[in-house]
Amino acid sequence: MDTNDYIVQVQDLYYRYDKENVLENINLSIKKGSFLAIVGPNGSGKSTLLKLMLGLIKPQQGLIRLFGQDINKFKEQHKIGFVSQKANSFNTGFPATVFEVVASGLTKKLGLFNFLRKTDHVKIKQAIESVGMGKFLDRNIGELSGGQQQRVFIARALVSEPELLILDEPTVGVDVQNVNSFYGMLETLNKEKGITLLLVTHDIGTISEKVTNVACLNKNMHFHGSAEEFEQLKINDVSEIYGHDVHVLTHDHHHHGGGHLHD
Amino acid sequence: MISGLLQYEFLQNAFLTGMIIGVIAPLLGVFIVVRRLSLIADALSHVTLAGIAASLLLEKKFMIFSGLNPLYMGMAFSVGGSLFIEKLRTVYKHYQELAIPIILSGGIGLGVIFISLADGFNTDLFSYLFGSVSAVSRADLWTILIISILVIALVVLLYKELFLLSFDEEYARATGIAAKTLHFIFIIMVALVIAASMRIVGILLVSSLMTLPVAASIRFAKGFKQTIFFSILFGEVSVLGGLFLSYYLDLAPGGTIVMIAVLILVLAIWLKKRAATRSI
Ligand SMILES: Nc1ncnc2c1ncn2[C@@H]1O[C@H](COP(=O)(O)OP(=O)(O)O)[C@@H](O)[C@H]1O
Ligand SMILES: [Mg+2]
Repeated sequence: MDTNDYIVQVQDLYYRYDKENVLENINLSIKKGSFLAIVGPNGSGKSTLLKLMLGLIKPQQGLIRLFGQDINKFKEQHKIGFVSQKANSFNTGFPATVFEVVASGLTKKLGLFNFLRKTDHVKIKQAIESVGMGKFLDRNIGELSGGQQQRVFIARALVSEPELLILDEPTVGVDVQNVNSFYGMLETLNKEKGITLLLVTHDIGTISEKVTNVACLNKNMHFHGSAEEFEQLKINDVSEIYGHDVHVLTHDHHHHGGGHLHD
Repeated sequence: MISGLLQYEFLQNAFLTGMIIGVIAPLLGVFIVVRRLSLIADALSHVTLAGIAASLLLEKKFMIFSGLNPLYMGMAFSVGGSLFIEKLRTVYKHYQELAIPIILSGGIGLGVIFISLADGFNTDLFSYLFGSVSAVSRADLWTILIISILVIALVVLLYKELFLLSFDEEYARATGIAAKTLHFIFIIMVALVIAASMRIVGILLVSSLMTLPVAASIRFAKGFKQTIFFSILFGEVSVLGGLFLSYYLDLAPGGTIVMIAVLILVLAIWLKKRAATRSI
């Protein structure tokens, strides 16, 4: 395996918060330029896996490599943009404008004691425009709808010009009509800007045509392969993958709109 | 009063100190309010009281402490209390707010014991509780000036990190910012500013000078920088207005300052409501 082709490599990973393993024997690799969807029922460890990749928590066992480098030595966090699942449960009374929130995405890249320069202002505005929020520059973040807030958080992740963008259930709280245009926007980022995407979602029906790879997680990695391979799985196999939560997901599959989201 | 200001050093001290804390208390107050840490300011002010009482007790019992400025001991206790709160917050991971009543009651308890040990104070403990125009010494003024220069410089230099920590701690950590160290620096600044402000507004009312101007400005400010600007403006108006009134009407400055801040808050809420109903 050529390390340079892979942006993320996870090997034999185990993680537990308390006594029980939340993740077991996880292997995952994300190729540069790909668009990977991680699906799985609630509590299957998806967010935990992302937190491990971001270095927010440390695994008890296993290896994580980012951009070919061991995660413990990795210092180029600005190459990774992150939109947390919690992004839609932040303090909506927080007095910050869209511009200020997106600017905060440059904090680490600028470094300690440095201030925003003129070129940064341009970058921030571009990032805001790239998610279609150009009109709302000076609005307080709390005055926006859930879907608009989510776009602002994506702009914040994009402003440091990341090579990998990680999104944890970004369409929760986004109205049904906007989910499709939202995924369209992600597709553009992936195809035109070449940003590698990692998306955690329940929305497998809508997303399977847009992604290049799919990983099914439920404590173990039940499936990890290309989107075509995933499409060929019969519904029986899918139920095996999802285990007890199959109802939730087939339900979503039939509705196709993806408006029915579970948290 | 203008002639008084030129004539009396104590008035100059009080006004200069007032102008300084009118800036730094609301400045840190903005971060405190948006991080929902308002009660920490309350807890720390009571710990500061214990420090002041301890200092006054030592002064009374031991000759060598007679020259000691109680402000220093108050600061030491406040900083110590802030560290203790942080420790408690990690011990009670799931009940982080428990740290506050523990520290608050500990502070009062200790303070009351020191006071009773000294058989009550002949000194103006009262002025520490409610603030005083006449009690601020030149030494106090210098100490407070140095603290505020330090605090303002740190807030300016660490502004973008402090903003990110306040807005989204998880994201701050995910991007590799030393959130723990930053929070540590922040809480020590809060402890110092509380001790510094106490001379004028008094221990019981320090936290309101940090929170009320912010509560008012948050009603209508656009963005974080504007919130800071208006908070400082309201803080200044409250402190200077309060000092003038208390001097002329012979009132306790702490109470007067806080009542002006409350008035501004009520006005801000009312104006915002009116603007909202008009636009409909
Ligand atoms: N901070 C935590 N402490 C203890 N257990 C946790 C914590 N976060 C998540 N868990 C548990 O770990 C499991 C996986 O959670 P999570 O990764 O959030 O799943 P998902 O994102 O797939 O819904 C769940 O059983 C959850 O209860
Ligand atoms: Mg999750």
